[in-house]
Amino acid sequence: MEHYNMNLNLKVWRQKNSNTKGSFKMYRVENISSEMSFLEMFDVLNEQLIEVGEDPIAFDHDCREGICGACSMYIDGKPHGPWHGNTTCQLHMRAFKDGDTIVVEPWRASAFPVIKDLVVDRTAFDRIIQAGGYISVNTGNAVDGNALPINKDKADASFDAAMCIGCGACVAACKNSSAMLFLSAKVSHLALLPQGEPERKSRVLDMVAQMDKEGFGSCTNTGACEATCPKEISISYIAQLNSEYLLAGLTKE
Amino acid sequence: MTWKQMFTSSVGKKLIMGFTGIFLILFLIIHVALNACIWANDGGKMFTQGAHFMGSTVVPRILEIGLFAGFILHVIQGIMLEIDNRKARGKVQYAVNFGNKGSKWYSRSMGLLGTIILLFLIMHIYHFWLPNRANQGFLLGEEIDLYATMKETFSNLWIVILYVLGCISLGYHLAHGFQSAFRTMGVHNKRYLSMVTTIGYAFSIIVPLAFALMPISFYLGWIQ
Repeated sequence: MEHYNMNLNLKVWRQKNSNTKGSFKMYRVENISSEMSFLEMFDVLNEQLIEVGEDPIAFDHDCREGICGACSMYIDGKPHGPWHGNTTCQLHMRAFKDGDTIVVEPWRASAFPVIKDLVVDRTAFDRIIQAGGYISVNTGNAVDGNALPINKDKADASFDAAMCIGCGACVAACKNSSAMLFLSAKVSHLALLPQGEPERKSRVLDMVAQMDKEGFGSCTNTGACEATCPKEISISYIAQLNSEYLLAGLTKE
Repeated sequence: MTWKQMFTSSVGKKLIMGFTGIFLILFLIIHVALNACIWANDGGKMFTQGAHFMGSTVVPRILEIGLFAGFILHVIQGIMLEIDNRKARGKVQYAVNFGNKGSKWYSRSMGLLGTIILLFLIMHIYHFWLPNRANQGFLLGEEIDLYATMKETFSNLWIVILYVLGCISLGYHLAHGFQSAFRTMGVHNKRYLSMVTTIGYAFSIIVPLAFALMPISFYLGWIQ
Protein backbone atom coordinates (compact mmCIF):
# COMPACT_ATOMS: atom_id res chain seq x y z
CA MET A 1 0.00 0.00 0.00
CA GLU A 2 1.32 3.41 -0.99
CA HIS A 3 2.32 5.71 1.83
CA TYR A 4 1.06 9.29 1.76
CA ASN A 5 0.75 12.30 4.04
CA MET A 6 -2.43 14.25 4.60
CA ASN A 7 -3.81 17.39 6.18
CA LEU A 8 -7.07 16.98 8.05
CA ASN A 9 -9.77 19.04 9.70
CA LEU A 10 -11.12 17.56 12.93
CA LYS A 11 -14.45 18.44 14.48
CA VAL A 12 -14.11 17.14 18.03
CA TRP A 13 -16.58 17.13 20.94
CA ARG A 14 -15.15 19.05 23.91
CA GLN A 15 -16.80 18.87 27.31
CA LYS A 16 -15.18 19.87 30.57
CA ASN A 17 -17.04 17.41 32.81
CA SER A 18 -20.37 15.66 33.19
CA ASN A 19 -22.01 18.76 34.67
CA THR A 20 -21.16 21.19 31.89
CA LYS A 21 -22.56 21.40 28.40
CA GLY A 22 -20.20 20.40 25.63
CA SER A 23 -19.75 21.62 22.08
CA PHE A 24 -17.78 20.89 18.94
CA LYS A 25 -14.42 22.52 18.27
CA MET A 26 -12.51 22.55 15.00
CA TYR A 27 -8.84 21.55 14.84
CA ARG A 28 -6.36 21.15 12.01
CA VAL A 29 -3.57 18.58 11.86
CA GLU A 30 -0.94 18.55 9.12
CA ASN A 31 1.46 16.01 7.63
CA ILE A 32 -0.32 13.01 9.07
CA SER A 33 1.12 9.75 7.81
CA SER A 34 -1.22 7.18 6.29
CA GLU A 35 0.62 4.57 8.38
CA MET A 36 -0.45 6.17 11.66
CA SER A 37 -3.26 4.81 13.77
CA PHE A 38 -6.20 7.08 14.54
CA LEU A 39 -5.07 7.39 18.17
CA GLU A 40 -1.52 8.31 17.09
CA MET A 41 -3.05 11.09 15.02
CA PHE A 42 -4.84 12.23 18.21
CA ASP A 43 -1.50 12.08 20.07
CA VAL A 44 -0.06 14.45 17.46
CA LEU A 45 -3.02 16.79 17.89
CA ASN A 46 -2.70 16.71 21.68
CA GLU A 47 1.05 17.55 21.44
CA GLN A 48 0.05 20.57 19.35
CA LEU A 49 -2.53 21.61 21.95
CA ILE A 50 -0.08 21.21 24.85
CA GLU A 51 2.51 23.33 23.01
CA VAL A 52 0.11 26.25 22.68
CA GLY A 53 -1.04 25.83 26.29
CA GLU A 54 -4.49 24.39 25.54
CA ASP A 55 -6.16 21.54 27.40
CA PRO A 56 -5.43 18.29 25.50
CA ILE A 57 -8.40 16.18 24.37
CA ALA A 58 -9.23 13.38 26.82
CA PHE A 59 -9.85 9.98 25.20
CA ASP A 60 -9.82 6.38 26.43
CA HIS A 61 -7.11 3.98 25.26
CA ASP A 62 -5.04 1.17 26.70
CA CYS A 63 -3.61 -1.78 24.75
CA ARG A 64 -3.77 -0.14 21.31
CA GLU A 65 -3.87 -3.56 19.69
CA GLY A 66 -7.62 -4.07 19.46
CA ILE A 67 -8.18 -6.46 22.35
CA CYS A 68 -8.82 -4.48 25.53
CA GLY A 69 -12.01 -2.58 24.70
CA ALA A 70 -10.82 0.69 26.21
CA CYS A 71 -10.87 2.91 23.14
CA SER A 72 -14.17 4.40 22.13
CA MET A 73 -14.79 7.42 19.81
CA TYR A 74 -17.75 7.73 17.47
CA ILE A 75 -16.05 8.66 14.20
CA ASP A 76 -17.99 10.05 11.22
CA GLY A 77 -21.24 8.49 12.37
CA LYS A 78 -19.96 5.04 13.34
CA PRO A 79 -18.48 3.71 16.57
CA HIS A 80 -14.78 2.91 16.02
CA GLY A 81 -14.80 4.61 12.60
CA PRO A 82 -15.46 3.51 9.04
CA TRP A 83 -13.75 0.10 8.96
CA HIS A 84 -15.71 -3.09 9.62
CA GLY A 85 -14.90 -5.32 12.60
CA ASN A 86 -12.32 -2.89 13.90
CA THR A 87 -11.46 -0.85 17.00
CA THR A 88 -10.49 2.84 16.98
CA CYS A 89 -6.88 2.01 17.92
CA GLN A 90 -6.64 -0.31 14.91
CA LEU A 91 -8.19 2.22 12.54
CA HIS A 92 -5.39 3.56 10.40
CA MET A 93 -5.19 6.91 8.71
CA ARG A 94 -5.17 5.32 5.24
CA ALA A 95 -8.93 5.14 5.79
CA PHE A 96 -8.95 8.90 5.12
CA LYS A 97 -7.94 11.25 2.31
CA ASP A 98 -6.08 14.54 2.30
CA GLY A 99 -8.45 17.42 3.15
CA ASP A 100 -11.08 15.25 4.89
CA THR A 101 -13.12 16.66 7.77
CA ILE A 102 -13.57 14.02 10.46
CA VAL A 103 -16.29 14.35 13.12
CA VAL A 104 -15.38 12.72 16.46
CA GLU A 105 -18.00 12.31 19.21
CA PRO A 106 -18.20 10.40 22.48
CA TRP A 107 -20.55 7.36 22.91
CA ARG A 108 -24.06 8.74 23.47
CA ALA A 109 -26.23 6.97 26.05
CA SER A 110 -27.83 7.95 29.35
CA ALA A 111 -26.11 4.96 30.95
CA PHE A 112 -22.72 6.17 29.62
CA PRO A 113 -22.42 9.77 30.91
CA VAL A 114 -19.56 11.84 29.48
CA ILE A 115 -16.73 12.24 32.00
CA LYS A 116 -14.62 14.52 29.84
CA ASP A 117 -14.40 15.21 26.09
CA LEU A 118 -14.47 11.75 24.46
CA VAL A 119 -14.30 9.73 27.68
CA VAL A 120 -17.55 8.18 28.92
CA ASP A 121 -18.24 6.28 32.12
CA ARG A 122 -18.70 2.63 31.14
CA THR A 123 -18.73 1.16 34.66
CA ALA A 124 -22.38 0.21 34.04
CA PHE A 125 -20.96 -2.76 32.09
CA ASP A 126 -18.84 -3.78 35.09
CA ARG A 127 -21.89 -3.76 37.33
CA ILE A 128 -23.80 -5.93 34.82
CA ILE A 129 -20.95 -8.47 34.90
CA GLN A 130 -20.90 -8.34 38.71
CA ALA A 131 -24.61 -9.18 38.71
CA GLY A 132 -24.02 -12.61 37.17
CA GLY A 133 -21.39 -12.74 34.43
CA TYR A 134 -19.28 -15.35 36.19
CA ILE A 135 -19.27 -18.97 37.32
CA SER A 136 -18.74 -20.04 40.93
CA VAL A 137 -15.97 -22.60 41.41
CA ASN A 138 -14.42 -23.97 44.54
CA THR A 139 -10.73 -23.32 44.99
CA GLY A 140 -8.28 -26.21 44.88
CA ASN A 141 -6.52 -28.04 42.10
CA ALA A 142 -7.44 -27.15 38.56
CA VAL A 143 -9.80 -29.69 37.00
CA ASP A 144 -8.31 -31.83 34.24
CA GLY A 145 -9.13 -30.12 30.94
CA ASN A 146 -10.32 -33.33 29.29
CA ALA A 147 -12.58 -34.41 32.15
CA LEU A 148 -15.51 -32.37 30.89
CA PRO A 149 -16.62 -33.25 27.36
CA ILE A 150 -17.87 -30.25 25.37
CA ASN A 151 -19.40 -30.38 21.92
CA LYS A 152 -17.07 -28.66 19.43
CA ASP A 153 -19.84 -26.58 17.82
CA LYS A 154 -20.96 -25.31 21.20
CA ALA A 155 -17.40 -24.56 22.27
CA ASP A 156 -16.93 -22.55 19.06
CA ALA A 157 -20.21 -20.67 19.49
CA SER A 158 -19.29 -19.93 23.10
CA PHE A 159 -15.89 -18.66 22.02
CA ASP A 160 -17.44 -16.41 19.36
CA ALA A 161 -19.56 -14.80 22.09
CA ALA A 162 -16.59 -14.60 24.46
CA MET A 163 -14.80 -12.44 21.86
CA CYS A 164 -16.78 -9.45 23.26
CA ILE A 165 -14.33 -6.91 24.70
CA GLY A 166 -17.05 -4.82 26.36
CA CYS A 167 -16.18 -1.61 24.53
CA GLY A 168 -19.79 -0.38 24.35
CA ALA A 169 -19.88 0.24 20.59
CA CYS A 170 -23.16 -1.71 20.42
CA VAL A 171 -24.76 0.72 22.88
CA ALA A 172 -23.32 3.69 21.00
CA ALA A 173 -24.66 2.48 17.65
CA CYS A 174 -28.11 1.48 18.89
CA LYS A 175 -30.90 4.03 18.48
CA ASN A 176 -32.26 2.82 21.85
CA SER A 177 -28.84 2.73 23.56
CA SER A 178 -29.56 -0.91 24.30
CA ALA A 179 -26.81 -3.05 25.84
CA MET A 180 -28.34 -6.28 24.57
CA LEU A 181 -25.52 -7.34 22.23
CA PHE A 182 -23.03 -7.00 25.09
CA LEU A 183 -25.34 -8.74 27.56
CA SER A 184 -26.27 -11.52 25.14
CA ALA A 185 -22.60 -12.25 24.42
CA LYS A 186 -21.82 -12.41 28.13
CA VAL A 187 -24.83 -14.60 28.95
CA SER A 188 -24.49 -16.88 25.92
CA HIS A 189 -20.81 -17.71 26.26
CA LEU A 190 -21.47 -19.15 29.72
CA ALA A 191 -24.89 -20.64 28.91
CA LEU A 192 -23.33 -22.70 26.11
CA LEU A 193 -20.80 -24.39 28.40
CA PRO A 194 -21.40 -27.00 31.11
CA GLN A 195 -19.53 -24.79 33.61
CA GLY A 196 -22.22 -22.15 33.23
CA GLU A 197 -25.10 -24.54 33.84
CA PRO A 198 -25.54 -24.28 37.66
CA GLU A 199 -26.18 -20.51 37.59
CA ARG A 200 -27.78 -20.44 34.17
CA LYS A 201 -31.24 -19.18 35.19
CA SER A 202 -30.28 -16.73 37.91
CA ARG A 203 -27.50 -15.33 35.71
CA VAL A 204 -29.74 -14.16 32.88
CA LEU A 205 -32.43 -12.78 35.21
CA ASP A 206 -29.98 -10.91 37.44
CA MET A 207 -27.99 -9.48 34.55
CA VAL A 208 -31.12 -8.27 32.73
CA ALA A 209 -32.34 -6.67 35.98
CA GLN A 210 -29.01 -4.88 36.41
CA MET A 211 -29.01 -3.74 32.78
CA ASP A 212 -32.45 -2.18 33.31
CA LYS A 213 -31.32 -0.51 36.52
CA GLU A 214 -28.45 1.14 34.62
CA GLY A 215 -30.90 2.75 32.20
CA PHE A 216 -30.12 1.01 28.91
CA GLY A 217 -32.94 0.77 26.36
CA SER A 218 -34.76 -2.24 24.93
CA CYS A 219 -33.62 -4.14 21.86
CA THR A 220 -35.65 -3.61 18.67
CA ASN A 221 -33.49 -5.93 16.55
CA THR A 222 -32.39 -3.20 14.11
CA GLY A 223 -28.96 -4.78 13.70
CA ALA A 224 -26.90 -1.58 14.11
CA CYS A 225 -24.95 -3.22 16.97
CA GLU A 226 -23.89 -6.18 14.85
CA ALA A 227 -22.86 -3.85 12.01
CA THR A 228 -20.47 -1.92 14.25
CA CYS A 229 -19.18 -4.57 16.69
CA PRO A 230 -15.36 -4.67 16.46
CA LYS A 231 -15.49 -8.39 17.29
CA GLU A 232 -18.32 -9.09 14.84
CA ILE A 233 -20.59 -10.64 17.47
CA SER A 234 -23.76 -11.89 15.79
CA ILE A 235 -27.17 -10.42 16.63
CA SER A 236 -28.49 -14.00 16.89
CA TYR A 237 -26.93 -14.09 20.38
CA ILE A 238 -29.62 -11.57 21.36
CA ALA A 239 -32.28 -14.07 20.26
CA GLN A 240 -30.42 -16.67 22.32
CA LEU A 241 -30.51 -14.36 25.34
CA ASN A 242 -34.25 -13.89 24.82
CA SER A 243 -34.79 -17.63 24.83
CA GLU A 244 -32.62 -17.96 27.98
CA TYR A 245 -34.71 -15.24 29.61
CA LEU A 246 -38.03 -16.75 28.58
CA LEU A 247 -37.02 -20.20 29.83
CA ALA A 248 -35.64 -18.88 33.12
CA GLY A 249 -38.65 -16.61 33.65
CA LEU A 250 -41.11 -19.43 33.04
CA THR A 251 -39.38 -22.10 35.12
CA LYS A 252 -37.62 -20.35 38.00
CA GLU A 253 -39.32 -20.47 41.41
CA MET B 1 -39.26 -14.11 40.13
CA THR B 2 -42.83 -12.92 39.85
CA TRP B 3 -44.83 -12.69 36.63
CA LYS B 4 -44.79 -8.93 37.04
CA GLN B 5 -40.99 -8.85 37.24
CA MET B 6 -40.77 -11.13 34.22
CA PHE B 7 -42.94 -9.00 31.95
CA THR B 8 -41.89 -5.52 33.09
CA SER B 9 -38.15 -5.87 32.44
CA SER B 10 -36.78 -4.51 29.16
CA VAL B 11 -36.75 -8.04 27.73
CA GLY B 12 -40.20 -8.80 29.21
CA LYS B 13 -41.73 -5.72 27.59
CA LYS B 14 -40.36 -6.88 24.27
CA LEU B 15 -41.84 -10.34 24.89
CA ILE B 16 -45.26 -8.69 25.20
CA MET B 17 -44.64 -6.85 21.91
CA GLY B 18 -43.60 -10.12 20.28
CA PHE B 19 -46.54 -12.18 21.63
CA THR B 20 -49.15 -9.58 20.68
CA GLY B 21 -47.40 -8.94 17.36
CA ILE B 22 -47.62 -12.59 16.35
CA PHE B 23 -51.23 -12.70 17.56
CA LEU B 24 -52.06 -9.70 15.35
CA ILE B 25 -50.24 -11.35 12.42
CA LEU B 26 -52.54 -14.37 12.84
CA PHE B 27 -55.53 -12.03 12.81
CA LEU B 28 -54.30 -10.49 9.55
CA ILE B 29 -54.34 -13.93 7.89
CA ILE B 30 -58.01 -14.45 8.82
CA HIS B 31 -58.94 -10.89 7.85
CA VAL B 32 -57.27 -11.00 4.45
CA ALA B 33 -58.59 -14.48 3.67
CA LEU B 34 -62.21 -13.58 4.46
CA ASN B 35 -62.05 -10.26 2.63
CA ALA B 36 -60.57 -11.97 -0.42
CA CYS B 37 -64.07 -13.41 -0.94
CA ILE B 38 -64.96 -10.12 -2.66
CA TRP B 39 -62.95 -11.33 -5.65
CA ALA B 40 -65.41 -14.16 -6.17
CA ASN B 41 -67.13 -11.32 -8.06
CA ASP B 42 -70.57 -12.69 -7.28
CA GLY B 43 -72.08 -9.41 -6.16
CA GLY B 44 -70.80 -9.96 -2.65
CA LYS B 45 -72.66 -13.22 -1.93
CA MET B 46 -69.68 -15.22 -0.67
CA PHE B 47 -68.23 -12.23 1.18
CA THR B 48 -71.51 -11.49 2.94
CA GLN B 49 -71.76 -15.11 4.09
CA GLY B 50 -68.26 -14.94 5.58
CA ALA B 51 -68.91 -11.57 7.19
CA HIS B 52 -72.20 -12.83 8.57
CA PHE B 53 -70.46 -15.85 10.15
CA MET B 54 -67.84 -13.62 11.80
CA GLY B 55 -70.35 -11.02 12.95
CA SER B 56 -73.21 -13.15 14.23
CA THR B 57 -71.55 -16.27 15.67
CA VAL B 58 -70.69 -16.36 19.35
CA VAL B 59 -67.09 -17.64 19.17
CA PRO B 60 -65.68 -15.03 16.75
CA ARG B 61 -67.43 -12.34 18.78
CA ILE B 62 -65.68 -13.52 21.94
CA LEU B 63 -62.36 -13.71 20.07
CA GLU B 64 -62.99 -10.14 18.95
CA ILE B 65 -62.62 -9.00 22.57
CA GLY B 66 -59.22 -10.72 22.67
CA LEU B 67 -58.31 -9.02 19.41
CA PHE B 68 -59.06 -5.57 20.81
CA ALA B 69 -57.12 -6.42 23.98
CA GLY B 70 -54.17 -7.54 21.82
CA PHE B 71 -54.25 -4.31 19.82
CA ILE B 72 -54.47 -2.12 22.91
CA LEU B 73 -51.65 -3.99 24.65
CA HIS B 74 -49.44 -3.77 21.54
CA VAL B 75 -50.09 -0.03 21.16
CA ILE B 76 -49.64 0.92 24.82
CA GLN B 77 -46.55 -1.25 25.30
CA GLY B 78 -45.12 0.13 22.07
CA ILE B 79 -45.59 3.73 23.21
CA MET B 80 -44.05 2.94 26.62
CA LEU B 81 -41.04 1.28 24.98
CA GLU B 82 -40.57 4.25 22.65
CA ILE B 83 -40.55 6.61 25.66
CA ASP B 84 -38.11 4.38 27.61
CA ASN B 85 -35.81 4.03 24.63
CA ARG B 86 -35.70 7.75 23.94
CA LYS B 87 -34.85 8.33 27.58
CA ALA B 88 -32.06 5.75 27.36
CA ARG B 89 -30.58 7.56 24.37
CA GLY B 90 -30.29 10.81 26.32
CA LYS B 91 -30.72 14.46 25.43
CA VAL B 92 -27.63 15.07 23.31
CA GLN B 93 -27.93 13.61 19.81
CA TYR B 94 -25.12 12.61 17.48
CA ALA B 95 -24.04 15.19 14.91
CA VAL B 96 -23.52 12.42 12.35
CA ASN B 97 -25.84 9.43 12.47
CA PHE B 98 -25.03 5.77 11.76
CA GLY B 99 -28.30 5.70 9.80
CA ASN B 100 -28.82 3.28 6.94
CA LYS B 101 -25.25 1.98 7.04
CA GLY B 102 -26.04 0.10 10.22
CA SER B 103 -29.72 -0.75 9.93
CA LYS B 104 -32.76 -0.47 7.68
CA TRP B 105 -34.82 2.72 7.98
CA TYR B 106 -38.06 0.89 8.69
CA SER B 107 -36.49 -1.09 11.54
CA ARG B 108 -35.71 2.24 13.22
CA SER B 109 -39.16 3.69 12.45
CA MET B 110 -41.48 1.09 14.00
CA GLY B 111 -43.01 3.71 16.30
CA LEU B 112 -43.77 6.07 13.43
CA LEU B 113 -45.12 3.30 11.18
CA GLY B 114 -47.19 1.96 14.07
CA THR B 115 -48.69 5.41 14.68
CA ILE B 116 -49.68 5.71 11.00
CA ILE B 117 -51.27 2.25 11.18
CA LEU B 118 -53.15 3.24 14.35
CA LEU B 119 -54.53 6.38 12.67
CA PHE B 120 -55.51 4.26 9.69
CA LEU B 121 -57.24 1.76 12.00
CA ILE B 122 -59.32 4.46 13.66
CA MET B 123 -60.56 5.52 10.22
CA HIS B 124 -61.07 1.88 9.19
CA ILE B 125 -63.13 1.02 12.28
CA TYR B 126 -65.20 4.16 11.74
CA HIS B 127 -65.94 3.06 8.15
CA PHE B 128 -67.00 -0.53 8.77
CA TRP B 129 -66.87 -2.02 12.24
CA LEU B 130 -68.61 0.81 14.09
CA PRO B 131 -71.69 1.26 11.84
CA ASN B 132 -72.12 -2.53 11.65
CA ARG B 133 -71.97 -3.10 15.39
CA ALA B 134 -74.15 -0.05 16.02
CA ASN B 135 -76.78 -1.55 13.76
CA GLN B 136 -76.50 -4.94 15.48
CA GLY B 137 -76.99 -3.52 18.93
CA PHE B 138 -74.97 -5.02 21.74
CA LEU B 139 -75.48 -8.66 20.73
CA LEU B 140 -76.13 -10.54 17.53
CA GLY B 141 -78.70 -8.36 15.78
CA GLU B 142 -79.23 -7.40 12.14
CA GLU B 143 -76.06 -6.55 10.19
CA ILE B 144 -75.67 -3.84 7.57
CA ASP B 145 -74.82 -4.69 3.95
CA LEU B 146 -71.04 -4.56 4.32
CA TYR B 147 -70.41 -5.25 0.64
CA ALA B 148 -72.48 -2.23 -0.37
CA THR B 149 -70.72 -0.16 2.30
CA MET B 150 -67.34 -1.18 0.86
CA LYS B 151 -68.47 -0.30 -2.64
CA GLU B 152 -69.70 3.10 -1.52
CA THR B 153 -66.69 3.90 0.70
CA PHE B 154 -64.18 2.96 -1.98
CA SER B 155 -65.83 5.09 -4.65
CA ASN B 156 -64.00 8.02 -3.05
CA LEU B 157 -60.47 8.37 -4.46
CA TRP B 158 -59.08 10.04 -1.32
CA ILE B 159 -60.23 7.20 0.90
CA VAL B 160 -58.68 4.69 -1.52
CA ILE B 161 -55.38 6.60 -1.35
CA LEU B 162 -55.48 6.68 2.47
CA TYR B 163 -56.15 2.92 2.55
CA VAL B 164 -53.25 2.23 0.21
CA LEU B 165 -50.94 4.40 2.36
CA GLY B 166 -52.11 2.48 5.44
CA CYS B 167 -51.27 -0.79 3.70
CA ILE B 168 -47.79 0.45 2.72
CA SER B 169 -47.11 1.38 6.37
CA LEU B 170 -48.36 -2.04 7.43
CA GLY B 171 -46.02 -3.68 4.89
CA TYR B 172 -42.92 -1.95 6.24
CA HIS B 173 -44.07 -2.49 9.85
CA LEU B 174 -44.37 -6.21 9.12
CA ALA B 175 -41.12 -6.38 7.13
CA HIS B 176 -39.27 -5.70 10.38
CA GLY B 177 -41.87 -6.75 12.93
CA PHE B 178 -42.46 -10.28 11.69
CA GLN B 179 -38.88 -11.51 12.06
CA SER B 180 -38.17 -9.25 15.04
CA ALA B 181 -41.10 -10.82 16.93
CA PHE B 182 -39.67 -14.29 16.45
CA ARG B 183 -36.18 -13.15 17.49
CA THR B 184 -37.68 -11.62 20.61
CA MET B 185 -39.44 -14.91 21.35
CA GLY B 186 -36.00 -16.50 21.34
CA VAL B 187 -35.73 -18.12 17.91
CA HIS B 188 -31.96 -18.25 17.43
CA ASN B 189 -31.40 -21.44 15.49
CA LYS B 190 -29.86 -20.32 12.15
CA ARG B 191 -32.08 -22.56 10.03
CA TYR B 192 -35.24 -21.27 11.66
CA LEU B 193 -34.04 -17.66 11.61
CA SER B 194 -33.46 -17.66 7.86
CA MET B 195 -36.84 -19.34 7.36
CA VAL B 196 -38.61 -16.78 9.55
CA THR B 197 -36.87 -13.91 7.75
CA THR B 198 -37.90 -15.19 4.31
CA ILE B 199 -41.49 -15.91 5.34
CA GLY B 200 -41.60 -12.49 7.05
CA TYR B 201 -40.60 -10.62 3.89
CA ALA B 202 -43.05 -12.66 1.78
CA PHE B 203 -45.85 -12.03 4.31
CA SER B 204 -45.09 -8.31 4.50
CA ILE B 205 -45.46 -8.00 0.72
CA ILE B 206 -48.33 -10.42 -0.02
CA VAL B 207 -50.78 -9.53 2.77
CA PRO B 208 -50.60 -5.70 2.57
CA LEU B 209 -50.68 -5.95 -1.25
CA ALA B 210 -53.85 -8.05 -1.09
CA PHE B 211 -55.41 -5.56 1.33
CA ALA B 212 -54.42 -2.59 -0.86
CA LEU B 213 -55.90 -4.25 -3.95
CA MET B 214 -59.35 -4.42 -2.30
CA PRO B 215 -60.19 -0.68 -2.36
CA ILE B 216 -58.41 -0.40 -5.71
CA SER B 217 -60.54 -3.22 -7.15
CA PHE B 218 -63.73 -1.45 -6.10
CA TYR B 219 -62.58 1.97 -7.28
CA LEU B 220 -61.49 0.74 -10.70
CA GLY B 221 -64.64 -1.34 -11.07
CA TRP B 222 -62.80 -4.69 -11.33
CA ILE B 223 -65.54 -6.15 -9.17
CA GLN B 224 -69.21 -5.27 -9.30
